[in-house]
Amino acid sequence: MPQVTLTVNGKQHTVEVEGRTLLVELLREKLGLTGTHVGCDTSQCGACVVHMNGEAIKSCTILALQVDGAQVKTIEGLAAADGTLHPMQEMFREHHALQCGFCTPGMVMTAVDLVNAHPDGLTEKQIRDGLEGNLCRCTGYHNIVKAIAAAWPLMHGKSMPAAAE
Amino acid sequence: MAFDGIGASVRRREDARFLRGRGNYVDDMNRPGQVYAVIKRADRPHAKIAGIDTAAAAKAPGVLAVYVGSDMAAENIGGLPCGWQIHNKDGSPMAEPPHPVLAVGKVRHVGDPVAVVIAETKQQAKDAAELLSIDYQDLPVVATMQDALKPGAALVHDDAAGNLCYDWHLGDKTVVDDVFAKAAKVVKLELTNNRLVPNAMEPRAAVGECDPSSGDYTLYTTSQNPHVIRLLMGAFVLHIPENKLRVVAPDVGGGFGSKIYHYAEEAIVTWAAGKLKRPIKWTAERNESFITDAHGRDHVTTAEMALDAAGNFQALRVSTQANMGAYLSTFAPCIPTYLYATLLAGVYKTPLVYVEVKAVFTNTVPVDAYRGAGRPEATFLLERLVDVIAHDTGKDRVALRRQNFIPPDAFPYQTPVALQYDSGNYQATLDAALKTADFAGFESRRAAAKARGKLRGIGVSTYIEACGIAPSAVVGSLGARAGLYECANIRVHPTGSVTVYTGAHSHGQGHETTLAQLVVDQLGVPFEQVEIVHGDTDKIPFGMGTYGSRSLAVGGTAMVKAMDKIIAKGKKIAAHLMEASVDDIEFKDNKFTVAGTDKTKSLTEISLAAYVPHNYPIEELEPGLDETAFYDPKNFTFPAGCHVCEVEVDMETGMPEVVSFVAVDDVGRVINPMIVEGQVQGGVAQGVGQALLENAVYNENGQLVSGSFMDYTMPRAWDLPNIKVATEVTLCTHNPLGVKGCGEVGAIGSPPAVINAIVDALRDYNVRHLDMPATAPKLWAIMQSARPAMAAE
Repeated sequence: MPQVTLTVNGKQHTVEVEGRTLLVELLREKLGLTGTHVGCDTSQCGACVVHMNGEAIKSCTILALQVDGAQVKTIEGLAAADGTLHPMQEMFREHHALQCGFCTPGMVMTAVDLVNAHPDGLTEKQIRDGLEGNLCRCTGYHNIVKAIAAAWPLMHGKSMPAAAE
Repeated sequence: MAFDGIGASVRRREDARFLRGRGNYVDDMNRPGQVYAVIKRADRPHAKIAGIDTAAAAKAPGVLAVYVGSDMAAENIGGLPCGWQIHNKDGSPMAEPPHPVLAVGKVRHVGDPVAVVIAETKQQAKDAAELLSIDYQDLPVVATMQDALKPGAALVHDDAAGNLCYDWHLGDKTVVDDVFAKAAKVVKLELTNNRLVPNAMEPRAAVGECDPSSGDYTLYTTSQNPHVIRLLMGAFVLHIPENKLRVVAPDVGGGFGSKIYHYAEEAIVTWAAGKLKRPIKWTAERNESFITDAHGRDHVTTAEMALDAAGNFQALRVSTQANMGAYLSTFAPCIPTYLYATLLAGVYKTPLVYVEVKAVFTNTVPVDAYRGAGRPEATFLLERLVDVIAHDTGKDRVALRRQNFIPPDAFPYQTPVALQYDSGNYQATLDAALKTADFAGFESRRAAAKARGKLRGIGVSTYIEACGIAPSAVVGSLGARAGLYECANIRVHPTGSVTVYTGAHSHGQGHETTLAQLVVDQLGVPFEQVEIVHGDTDKIPFGMGTYGSRSLAVGGTAMVKAMDKIIAKGKKIAAHLMEASVDDIEFKDNKFTVAGTDKTKSLTEISLAAYVPHNYPIEELEPGLDETAFYDPKNFTFPAGCHVCEVEVDMETGMPEVVSFVAVDDVGRVINPMIVEGQVQGGVAQGVGQALLENAVYNENGQLVSGSFMDYTMPRAWDLPNIKVATEVTLCTHNPLGVKGCGEVGAIGSPPAVINAIVDALRDYNVRHLDMPATAPKLWAIMQSARPAMAAE
């Protein structure tokens, strides 16, 4: 069986996988990182979103072998080493942006990438458009949008430009 | 210290694990020695199974076993039971055809399970399932109720003549017909309530295991009600007594009704685990969820209102066809009857109602409760009908509602359809919603929108629902085969911390927070010292689970009753320790005090004495401070409110957009406002989804053509507006918390508000009614085919 070597949440792993093994299967089944979820089979729901080399990807839509040599961050690796929540996690909690919690890991990982990718500000419309690839059935998105807007100033260390509000 | 009792928006304690990826959902579990089940399902809607060749699959790498329906039948495994029996108009019981766990003889819908392959890995099981050869002989298909009810239609079940499950009614037809014959005006509306797929984000999953030494079974399952699953599967399907069967529903990723029912896969993995003595995991792929999770709604209805000359509602006459799908799911028969017809008085003083409901078998996935369950269908009917009456009579739609409201001083109010509303104020929620939505200023917004190429409309829905289900004796007399009480066990530990074991189940509702707030309020124990345990039949004495917005009204009340017992026992211990009369002991803020003195003992001192009973009234009182209560509600609860929706329809493309949504709901006393707001927003999102986007479509060949997230339009962030939520409170009069329930109001009240807004947007085209979902192509076609009426603008 072929081998893949990758770094997940700062720790290097070398794992034997079948050619057809998906990254999400590697994470959940081989590495025991069950925070990343599978909610569909058509790359629509985004419950499986992780970061690969700093960008959000759907881990159900990439083969484990394609990730050889990459840096992967999952929801388990987002909080600080001392356990302090990432500002996005903290704002999701503060604004009640999760209910059943199943879409949450993917939603948070997408949201972090969305905020990182918009250093000049983020409008509500940009947030809603940016969540295109993530489904939530519980919240109606209202509080997710609020949480992401609230995390932006914390992540960028400045207040949201007025034009973006 | 922050206030975290009743009324505080306490941030949720469950979030800590969910946000760190440390939730514990069924598919996250892996048991030692675990193997995997993959289920081979019918790829056609109706066929005889002439033969199944399992030889190649059984020999495939890693395969441990292949089972088919006859293997289970040979071991006398029962069919999946139905929990509710409806009686026909003539008093005879409904048709209740068998529902085998694995198909026997025939398949009846696409997705019907035919065989299970169990292998060392999931991939091996999937590969082997491809090697199964099933010899089908196709049978004629009835994919819609219309087809199923045609004379001579193919039968889904040989013993359900005419594909009829039941033909039921409520009310006095003769009296109602007489009122219609004499009415000044009759307004008639035909409508459909579109079929929906619940689509909780977590696909269903189950892990069955059997301890080889004790023979005890454990099922880990994505359920809203583990005790109900233990009862149904143990007693009716696998014949395992409760003492040998544990059912665990850990973190569950959304339910919305679809995880109430006992599903075949739960029985399959448990039964097979007993045979193979290996833990067996099954996890649905989303395409399986679409064709196996019970669907929702799917009604076709004719409704008529008789009015007097002044516009007072005199009588309502309703005839509904309700799709049951191919088999009866656990609670399917009660949805279009006792959760639908009994709500048809709505918030109105209509004195007479007659409803008849035909439940119909078709070659489709079973249909059962989905968020709101019967009540959204009733509300859509009523709130559309009222707008259509306004349209047909030229009356103002808001004034017409006010004129016919049950007035605030009329409670308790006995409706003509069995329910007795205990409290409410429909004027107050309407007034508040209209004000928040600036209803009065709408016309200027409409004019401004038109200048931008948008048709803007505003819609109002004034709804009620019946939840907090339900008094056992009442539902028993109506055909329920279970009681609907709830159980709570409150354990005050020796050092004063508290564990609550509740039969309610949280799958997103935030019980670990809200229920802890009840303990903070009643026992004065700090929030951090309260633990809520749910979802495990080995830990919780009993429970009926969470659905029908019942967790607080029924489960919360059971907790209050158990805490009352804790306080009563604590007073006896305190009286002994402080050498006072029990009657003189008061309990407040975590302290037992001798009235009128400064003598006091904390709950911790009392609990320590209860577990270390050296100085203790041991002759009269048992040690320990651990009390259980079962609470059977006295009535349903009746949340009500007003939703106001504003839409814009693009004049070029027909694309609708919800631009404003206001929900003012009376859910009784609010324990955690933040959580209530979130529940309403989520419900509204599902209601907007039903109104504008979602539709489970079967083609004439019985294939679900909207069977994936690429075809079935789930609401995304860009489809929804900000949802403004406010509450008005009238207390429930028959439970000590005064709570009514908030889980379903959003999905119940919102669909007609959206459609009323769409119809209003199209007022120049003289549209009287539109069925859901109101998609862009549908709206575009209306704008193309109809010449705008010469409106005043």
